[in-house]
Amino acid sequence: MSTLEIRDLHVSIETDQGVKPILRGVNLTISSGETHAIMGPNGSGKSTLAYTIAGHPRYTVDSGTITLDGEDVLEMSIDERARAGLFLAMQYPVEIPGVTVSNFLRTAKTAIDGEAPALRSWIKELKGSMEALRMDASFGERNVNEGFSGGEKKRHEIVQLELLKPKIAVLDETDSGLDVDALKIVSEGVNRVKENTGLGVLLITHYTRILRYIQPDFVHVFVDGRVAEEGGPELAERLENEGYDRYLTGSTVG
Amino acid sequence: MTSAPSAAPEAAPLQHAHGPGSPVPVQTRSERFASASHADFPPVTGRELEWRLTPVARISDLLDGALDGAPFPATVSPAEGVRVEWVARDDARIGSAGLAEERAAANAWSTTEQALVITLTAEEAVTVTVDRTAPDATPRAAHTIITAAPNARGTVILDHRGPARLTENVEIIAEQGSDLTVVSLQEWDDEAVHLSSHFGRVERDARLKHVVVSLGGAIVRVNPSVHLAGDGADGQLLGLYFADAGQHLEQRVYVHHIAPHTVSRVTYKGALNGEGARTVWVGDVLIGRNATGTDSYEQNRNLVLSDGTRADSIPNLEIETGEIAGAGHASATGRFDDEQLFYLRSRGIDEQEARRLVVLGFLLEVVQKIGDADLEARLLGLLEDELAAVEVV
Ligand SMILES: Nc1ncnc2c1ncn2[C@@H]1O[C@H](COP(=O)(O)OP(=O)(O)OP(=O)(O)O)[C@@H](O)[C@H]1O
Ligand SMILES: [Mg+2]
Repeated sequence: MSTLEIRDLHVSIETDQGVKPILRGVNLTISSGETHAIMGPNGSGKSTLAYTIAGHPRYTVDSGTITLDGEDVLEMSIDERARAGLFLAMQYPVEIPGVTVSNFLRTAKTAIDGEAPALRSWIKELKGSMEALRMDASFGERNVNEGFSGGEKKRHEIVQLELLKPKIAVLDETDSGLDVDALKIVSEGVNRVKENTGLGVLLITHYTRILRYIQPDFVHVFVDGRVAEEGGPELAERLENEGYDRYLTGSTVG
Repeated sequence: MTSAPSAAPEAAPLQHAHGPGSPVPVQTRSERFASASHADFPPVTGRELEWRLTPVARISDLLDGALDGAPFPATVSPAEGVRVEWVARDDARIGSAGLAEERAAANAWSTTEQALVITLTAEEAVTVTVDRTAPDATPRAAHTIITAAPNARGTVILDHRGPARLTENVEIIAEQGSDLTVVSLQEWDDEAVHLSSHFGRVERDARLKHVVVSLGGAIVRVNPSVHLAGDGADGQLLGLYFADAGQHLEQRVYVHHIAPHTVSRVTYKGALNGEGARTVWVGDVLIGRNATGTDSYEQNRNLVLSDGTRADSIPNLEIETGEIAGAGHASATGRFDDEQLFYLRSRGIDEQEARRLVVLGFLLEVVQKIGDADLEARLLGLLEDELAAVEVV
């Protein structure tokens, strides 16, 4: 049983126009087995929250805490966070020229486990996961994300989720740009990992359609750098019908 | 074709390029003065277009001095369908692909007593390795001719080791319909100096893949020029270099599209690490008057791994015909891509390992284009050694 706790988190970024505050007091607690959906308008800071949890150097934490099972996540380096059990499926996965998918996955697996996986079972596991996410075996010899379509990149993120077996995963718009079939394949993948490992999920999305496949236990409305409202799955339906207008009074959102 | 922003073409200062004592600015790359005679080139000052980025004071023995013109050591791996011979300097084949265009090359040209001639004759692809290990630091000259007979296929690897001080010319002829790969691999000792001019001629429907890999040596300057002389000729020029502290690695590439429907791809990638690591890449592409329907693209990318390095990257494109299929160039020199590092580290890979992967991946992109599994594996090993020796920060 693991718990990721975010308390009164304030985060800013350095821009050409000076320091820009983005997160203004975020509170969230995600435990193993739970699925939390975060919905909110463009520019409200959802990706900022995701990157801050993962430790991206562009974001400065001004105050507040993030802990994983009581351990101070903010004290950890990017890779330490991953090894501690955090995972971020990125909104825009980057291309890495010259590094093949199979080399990358094996290197990551070795780093996370602290030892190289047994070759035979690893090959089997890799093959199984790629197949389940409908990624042809030939992807193994391609360079990471290079020339992948938008949907292929997202499926590759979920292959990593399945192989690396984190405790808590943040999925940043993993559903964006997926066709109906791919959405189903990706959702099934996430559900399979949840079932097998008791993964806790923080799912950032703009659409309720993914929530029909991945049932959220909690829905958080994210506006202007903080959680404006929390509720159950019914809140997502209401947002879909009504939009974010009622939360935006008086504040401007980029 | 895309074209990324690039450095301005090298301004041509008034100099000797049109011949001794005729100070005419270079108009077109193909009009550069050429001669087999050392005396035809005035002493090098270091201000010449050709030499201004090279530490000329450290190579005066090769530019001006007496050279040992006896055959440079070469052990050629025996292979079916390959002829290997040493020929006298009056052999008709000498000069058939080009002529020296600068003083060090001319010094070698006029001193070499015999040329090593390697001729591939078989249509069955062969790989020939020429082990060229310098026994000592005596200034030496060499001349090599590599020919693929019509429709022949094969790879010739020139493998350089030892403490050489070598200035040399290499002629490469891909006859009609042939498919030739020539690799010049510089694994020299730390103090070695190597100045090498390669002259390639690619005939009708032939393909030349030319690969320069420079890893070892104090000063290494390999300048390949390739003339796409026959209709449909294809030239692929690849380069890979890794400059450590104090190393000077230079490559001046020239592709001349002479015939119609010729294709060229120039891809050079380098990494620089350590105080005084220095690289130069100049890429000239000339699409001649008759070279209609040609397609060319040249790019150079450098990855800077530390402070105190300098990479010059200068692409030039000259087009003399209006009817081309495509022509473009790109040049970029930069530090690590933080997003790539973040991506790898967010998967648990520690910083050192992530950087190693990114550098290796950056360079392997070129290795992956060579298309020879054994050689690719060997280069991967060499690059890993190179990386293991540096604390990549
Ligand atoms: N490098 C940057 N320079 C300037 N502003 C930035 C930078 N990075 C983020 N921002 C700003 O921070 C705010 C939050 O961005 P963020 O990406 O977290 O939003 P989001 O909620 O994920 O939006 P979306 O739904 O469009 O993905 C935006 O106003 C964005 O413009
Ligand atoms: Mg976002």
